[in-house]
Amino acid sequence: MEALEIFLNVNFWAASLRIASPLIFGVLGALICERAGVLNLGIEGIFVAGAMAGWMAVWLGAGLWGGVAVAAFAGAFFGLIHAILTIPLGLSQHVSGLGVTMLATSASYFTYRTALPDVSSPPRIVPFQPLDIPILSDLPFLGPVLFQQTAMTWLAIILVGVVWWVLNRTPLGLAVRAVGDNPDAVDAQGLSVYGLRIGAVVVGSSLMALGGAFLTMSAFDAFFFGMINGRGWIAIALVIFASWRPGKALLGALLFGAFDAFQVRLQTQVGAFVPSQIFLMAPYVLSIIALVLLARGADYPRALLKPWFKGQR
Amino acid sequence: MIRIEPRETTSRLWNIGVPILSAVIALGFAAIPLALAGANIAEAYYQMGRGVFGSVFAFTEMLTRATPLIFTGLAATLAFRAKLWNIGAEGQLYLGAMAAVVVGTGAIDAPAIVLVPIVLLAGAAAGAAGMAGPAYLKNRFGADEVVTTLLLNFVILIFLQMMLEGPLKDPMSLGWPQSEPIVDNAALPRLLDRMRIHAGLILALVVAVISHIMLSKSVWGFKLRAVGENAAAALHAGIGVKRSLMGAAIVSGAVAGLAGVSEVAGLKGYLTADLSPGFGFTGIVVAMLAGLSPIGVVISAVFIASVFVGADSMSRAMGVSSFLADLVVSLSLICVLIGGFVSNYRFVRTAKRAA
Repeated sequence: MEALEIFLNVNFWAASLRIASPLIFGVLGALICERAGVLNLGIEGIFVAGAMAGWMAVWLGAGLWGGVAVAAFAGAFFGLIHAILTIPLGLSQHVSGLGVTMLATSASYFTYRTALPDVSSPPRIVPFQPLDIPILSDLPFLGPVLFQQTAMTWLAIILVGVVWWVLNRTPLGLAVRAVGDNPDAVDAQGLSVYGLRIGAVVVGSSLMALGGAFLTMSAFDAFFFGMINGRGWIAIALVIFASWRPGKALLGALLFGAFDAFQVRLQTQVGAFVPSQIFLMAPYVLSIIALVLLARGADYPRALLKPWFKGQR
Repeated sequence: MIRIEPRETTSRLWNIGVPILSAVIALGFAAIPLALAGANIAEAYYQMGRGVFGSVFAFTEMLTRATPLIFTGLAATLAFRAKLWNIGAEGQLYLGAMAAVVVGTGAIDAPAIVLVPIVLLAGAAAGAAGMAGPAYLKNRFGADEVVTTLLLNFVILIFLQMMLEGPLKDPMSLGWPQSEPIVDNAALPRLLDRMRIHAGLILALVVAVISHIMLSKSVWGFKLRAVGENAAAALHAGIGVKRSLMGAAIVSGAVAGLAGVSEVAGLKGYLTADLSPGFGFTGIVVAMLAGLSPIGVVISAVFIASVFVGADSMSRAMGVSSFLADLVVSLSLICVLIGGFVSNYRFVRTAKRAA
């Protein structure tokens, strides 16, 4: 079977990890917000803002890591808007998140269009290059797959460990998890529910923005309209798949990346017989199916979507 | 210490004043990006106003733009009232448009009096089916409708592209992916000579009035609102919560489908994959700005359409990106959210040390 030979191909595995990288950032960010009790549907727009802001910073002369910092800052900014609307003001997390997505998207598009009024083909930057680690990158198979990724992919993988460690092994992580399960108990401990939740949403949002920045600064080298194309929403679905756990989030993103890389390669093999759109649809359909299968057993953070006001029980 | 507590009553003045104030503030905020873009601010506002009220044609263009927004705003209103988060109106709009094309491009030969209702019903049914699916998945499996409807938008748009390159493609279109034209007997009539404004607007207003009556005066609407306000209590009171959610889903999807029919059969005359510049999502802003009131939807759709048409015209005259309109629309959503908070809650100063 030619289709099975895809799995023996080094490029397939390298592509899987590359496709997974922005989703790893996105799922981690969404997971932190939701663990603290706040659904952040601003994610799709925050991806756009991160992609645009990071790219533009580099294009204007900041270094690549400067661009990453600018993207994270843009994410934090839009996250703060969502945090203020949903935490102290207790407004609908659904509507506020969609509002942030619209605001971040239109602000990014407007900024891009205003800075570059009449370019027909988007200007390019020099993006992150594959790390060429001596010895390791020469390993057969593993070398090209793991050790020739860019620094941002490694950042994503390292962040999985960091987020897991902070959430599960530190007092801060305990407090963040508690604030998404039982905010009254956190308040009784004398900790600030508002502070913890706002902090979690801001940090989570800046991680989401890095997912966007990966696309314009590592996967591609330019920004264009509509490039996020639902990746943020897919990350929201993957959080449920991952049952709000960083390790499973990594697994989910990798499975998704592998599936996406597989369908692209399958398309070149059977493309003549099947309309290409069937393959384009597949990632979204797969996310919906995964969501449906896992929805019943999903162990939502108990205070997710529930606003909490100080002094009101 | 400052404490937040709910107001016992919200005054009518607040309820009407807040959206208007939000809209004005959002328009005012537009001065910041305008200044950043280096435009003459007074001139920009003047051009926006002229783009909407400068001529009869401009005004009818604005109403033409408001028509799909009334439909999608109503679709969001009907679902959100039941706390059913239908974020898939964009996809349902396209399902409606596809159904209109399937029955309205020559497959059925009938006089307009028969064919137009068939086209409308087909579009509404397709839209309803598009939302009934996620509602079923929610009721049966507990799958979050926010994520399923969001993702279905993409699935439907890709499906549409497949249809436009396949079975629905116009063989005369020289390779361009667009449908065959809607036949004359299936088209919604134009309201004025040499203007694009069409009977879809009348239909939208009728649907708004029907939605208002159904929500406010019918038992169906009472149950739907009860489910939205407190599903547990509604269940306890013997209301079939799942049934009510499914009802809201079908009606909401059907209305979103009508938006697609109206655009295809009233305005464009054929279907392309860029029929809607996000009408489904903008409908959410329209609904929130209207405080989820069907009659309010008509007014806020006119406001949002004015922003879009005015900004387009300003953009052409002054070279400022027309993404400004999207910026103003999203800012109005955020302003009205904050305004809703101010009218529903108040800040209470409490003694620093509790006794």
